[in-house]
Amino acid sequence: MSNRRPDTTRPPGPMRGPMAGMMGGPPAKSKDFKGSLKRLLAELKPERTILITVLSLITTAVVIGSFGPKILGRATNYVFYGFLGRKLPSGISKSQAVAQLRATHQDRLADMLAKSSVVPGKGIDFNAISRLLILAIVLYVVASLFMWIQAYLMAGVTQRTVFRLRRKSEEKIGRLPLKYFDGQSRGDLLSRISNDVDNISNSLQQGLSQILNSILTVLSVLAMMLWISPILALVSLIAIPLSMFFSIKIAKKSQSQFIAQWDWTGKLNGHVEEMHTGHSLVKVFGHREKAIEQFSELNEKLYESSFRAQFISGLIQPVTALVSNLIYVAITVIGGYMVATGSMSLGDVQAFIQYSRQFGMPLAQIAGLMNMVQSGVASAERLFELLDAEEETPDAADLAPMGRATGAINFDNVAFRYVNDQPLIENFTLHVTPGQTIAIVGPTGAGKTTLVNLLMRFYDILDGTITLDGRDIRDMTRDDLRRQFGMVLQDTWLFTGSMRENIAFGSLDPSHEAVVAAATAANIDHLLRALPQGYDSMLTDDNATVSNGERQLITIARAFMADPAILILDEATSSVDTRTEVLVQQAMTRLRKGRTSFVIAHRLSTIRDADMILVLDKGQLIEQGTHESLMAQKGFYFDLYASQFASAISE
Amino acid sequence: MLVRILRDFLRPYKRIIYLVLLLLLIQAIANLYLPRLNADLINNGVAKGDLGYIWRIGAIMLGASALIMAASIWIAYLASKISMAFGRDLRSGVFAAVERFSARELNKFGAPSLITRNTNDVQQVQMVLFMGLTMMVAAPITGIGAVVMALRTNVKLSGLLLFVVPVMGVMIFLLLRRIVPLFRVLQVKIDRINLVLREQISGIRVIRAFVKTKFEEERFAETNTDLMNTSLSVTRTFAIMFPSLMLIMNLSSVAVIYFGGKLVDTGSMPIGNLTAFLAYIMQILGSVMMAIMMSLMIPRAAASAERIEEVLDTESSVVDTLTPKVPEKRLGLVEFKGVEFRYPGAEQPVLTDISFTAKPGQVTAIVGSTGSGKSTLLNLIPRFIDVTEGCILMDGIDVRDQSLEGIWSEIGLVPQRAFLFGGTVADNLRYGDKNATDEELWAALETAQANDFIDELPEKLEARVAQGGTNFSGGQRQRLSIARAIIRKPKIFLLDDSFSALDYTTDAKLRAALEEQNKTTTTIVVAQRVSTILQADQIIVLDYGKIVGVGTHHELMKSCDIYKEIVFSQLSPDEAA
Repeated sequence: MSNRRPDTTRPPGPMRGPMAGMMGGPPAKSKDFKGSLKRLLAELKPERTILITVLSLITTAVVIGSFGPKILGRATNYVFYGFLGRKLPSGISKSQAVAQLRATHQDRLADMLAKSSVVPGKGIDFNAISRLLILAIVLYVVASLFMWIQAYLMAGVTQRTVFRLRRKSEEKIGRLPLKYFDGQSRGDLLSRISNDVDNISNSLQQGLSQILNSILTVLSVLAMMLWISPILALVSLIAIPLSMFFSIKIAKKSQSQFIAQWDWTGKLNGHVEEMHTGHSLVKVFGHREKAIEQFSELNEKLYESSFRAQFISGLIQPVTALVSNLIYVAITVIGGYMVATGSMSLGDVQAFIQYSRQFGMPLAQIAGLMNMVQSGVASAERLFELLDAEEETPDAADLAPMGRATGAINFDNVAFRYVNDQPLIENFTLHVTPGQTIAIVGPTGAGKTTLVNLLMRFYDILDGTITLDGRDIRDMTRDDLRRQFGMVLQDTWLFTGSMRENIAFGSLDPSHEAVVAAATAANIDHLLRALPQGYDSMLTDDNATVSNGERQLITIARAFMADPAILILDEATSSVDTRTEVLVQQAMTRLRKGRTSFVIAHRLSTIRDADMILVLDKGQLIEQGTHESLMAQKGFYFDLYASQFASAISE
Repeated sequence: MLVRILRDFLRPYKRIIYLVLLLLLIQAIANLYLPRLNADLINNGVAKGDLGYIWRIGAIMLGASALIMAASIWIAYLASKISMAFGRDLRSGVFAAVERFSARELNKFGAPSLITRNTNDVQQVQMVLFMGLTMMVAAPITGIGAVVMALRTNVKLSGLLLFVVPVMGVMIFLLLRRIVPLFRVLQVKIDRINLVLREQISGIRVIRAFVKTKFEEERFAETNTDLMNTSLSVTRTFAIMFPSLMLIMNLSSVAVIYFGGKLVDTGSMPIGNLTAFLAYIMQILGSVMMAIMMSLMIPRAAASAERIEEVLDTESSVVDTLTPKVPEKRLGLVEFKGVEFRYPGAEQPVLTDISFTAKPGQVTAIVGSTGSGKSTLLNLIPRFIDVTEGCILMDGIDVRDQSLEGIWSEIGLVPQRAFLFGGTVADNLRYGDKNATDEELWAALETAQANDFIDELPEKLEARVAQGGTNFSGGQRQRLSIARAIIRKPKIFLLDDSFSALDYTTDAKLRAALEEQNKTTTTIVVAQRVSTILQADQIIVLDYGKIVGVGTHHELMKSCDIYKEIVFSQLSPDEAA
């Protein structure tokens, strides 16, 4: 195999989604290679004992294995000497045979014979050969066995480490403040935990033991070569700088082409994504020809760059093969000459050829492996960035537990800003008595969800206090606080699982009756029963089984199940069609009964009977009161209301 | 499958492939010639002490090495060229196929899946092709050549191959039989863990609100453990593979020395052939190993090929007519006559017996609950999908008898999901009409209530638009896509719930401005908000794919219960009156 860069030719892994091309392949460079490598290795600490075993197994296996060719060479020598000996008449001594050869002017053969252990007239010594070959078999079997055990153990080390890394990062998600998710692309976050961990896994699995294996092999083979023949070893050593030189030169050249290739891949992906997402627009606006034309242009560029990248990197193999062939020829010729002149045995030349072949391969591998490690460390760095991200301040340890609240909420002079120099909420005061409905209205982007974020401590306030049943919400654990709330969001989040599991999400003890009661209250019971597997029907990602409105109803059932003291209904109805909306409205009204509720809505008609309406604009609370009092004010709310019903009123 | 895609798309490169095969053959022969030369060098040079012979053979070996290099460089060149060109052609094929798709086929696959198929999947197949051309084909050639050479070197010793090759074959077969299905399972587990993660990230608020972080951690731990166990099975199977293959190779060389030695002893084989034979057996086993490594890539590439082929084989359900008719006058009159739409094999049609006429200068509104078929109805007009029964006439001629481009040139579409293309604001607006002047652009923006926020941008019309329009808010995107349709000056204006992200004030202003603009245009509006359609000339109420009411707001308030239900869900009785 050639030593092409693993990060460029490795086909995008199975974990990469459609965004893979956009990211231009796995990261190749790290900011702090040494530090991140150290930290990555520190992740292996729990596996220390196994790692030491692995190390010693590899070392033993490599050293033992490297004796193989030498032993086989010796066996070959016995064959050769037996072969020569048979040709000579028996009964004479070796020196007589040498003298005879000299007499017939076969000086070179005489030289070789003089230095060998040939016994004239005697054939091949199969006893000696058998002993050597049995030794070789034992060595090879032991080496392979050790290699297997080593790889087996290493698989465990890697997979467990990767498992721990995944667990760590997933747990980290649970501790990150919401600010992190709002400020970071979700795709990137996901990619760090899946693609980067995957990449780390590959580097650990292949990199760690193979690098060691390669280095040890190079060293022990070199030692063997030097032992057999320093001169030939020197010849072989020339190959290292030579093939390294060419490989690096070519790799450098191809690197820029690979970058270009990723670049064009990204651009092409972007175009494809855009054209597919806007498929119907492209058609109706008559841009199909142009879309194909643009695609062809990008496609051609991608072809050119990937051809160049592939070809140039493909040169490494022939060039290094040439170098190794040249060395092979040199060894055969020089070796042959030395055997013929008696300064080396045939078996040694044969062993040497085997060694020189073993020598080249790990050298070529090391270069490729280094790239793999580099890419793995870069991924590790991205993962560590995630693991190092600032966490939510932990709850104090000695907080008294909070039972079910009555739902009295006070905001006192609350101040908050998302960005430090942009004041958002200043001196906000609000008193809510249990069971009241508070409506929050305002144009899109007015910051209606901010209040919810503060109330549930997704974000912490800068100044002032928020109390629940008279107790500062910072004086209870976040979990205790959040247990008081039920949420129905516009974005109907459900997880892949059965309908039952989704409804029971809010409850610790999901009895069938309770689930059915919640579903019934949410007007979804009949629909769930109509499904092929009833409540055990699976809810899948693709939205095929249930419509948006029905998903909404399931989230309402989930809130029923949780039976919270306080409700948050966040623009809960705006994505639902009108018929389903009737069902949703009924269910919501039922849900609100006896609970303090915060309703965020566009639709003013639904919140007219709210006990308090908060009108927000550009993040500021600008008006506050009941529907009647706000209408009487003839302010922002009045305008909003009038515009919404302008046509209805005018008719 | 893989074979078919390769056959179809490699046809133009047939000749080059034959050339590659020839070069591979030359390369293999030269490679195999080296050990032969080595044997000669030992037999005739070393054993006889003939130094001149050694040098001569050395020179020939150098020549062979140079030939090998030249051949492999040429192979690398041609193989890169063919495989990358193959990838290019395949991508073009897939893209063109998707461009022919109707909305139905597109939705069946989904845009993200189509993108993956056109990039990652093509890359997989392309890579296997390259490997195939350079190594996979070389392996059997070298392997067979080595067997021939081994036989020529010594027939008796070649008997060893009869034992070693089957042993290796059986071992490989057993391992592959275990690994290939494991790979498939692994992919499922990986998808699963990604799914859980994605859900956790997207549902972060809900999970925290319901205090379910622990529950989610357990759910993740379960899939994580599952994935680890499967990965372990895969890597441990690999762990046994390479040491055992190495062992077979090494034991084979031991056997060669032993049995070869016997042959040398009886004089039936020259000593140099021993070394040559060692080299051949290594080459044979090496090529077998190479073949395994390659075959590991094949299942994945085959899966990719299958996914690509699925796209290529999908026929569009909407086919452009070969003999298009052109209406005498383009007015924008749209007539539905007994239209039914049904997905193939579906029990219930999405739309049944839909008949109505949308006249130029009038606003026709369509209301109804989700799943009542509103968007489907709208999609039938530009033939994103085709009716399965009845017909739709545009200016008196069935839309299926008109050319697609002809129909589309009459239509201004504002889709449900406001989508903008990457580029500038002006680029996007000129998507409607590439010759529009700046003044026309501003006029359209004004009608669409978008002039204010564009005017506030420092670069105004030249402001950058990110792909999809993500740097604009939902409401802004909707207004821009309305402006884009206005610039087209269409005869038929199709609005698919295009005001949903607007606040009511803007919504009202926009509707007033549009009405002013569209005096002669046929406007068809799908709406969720009742307030959007109160003043429509004609309201069509859909329920479960059937028309249950047609008329103005006032007429329907008297005659149509479902309409009333919809209205009262949004407005209070006195507002609705």
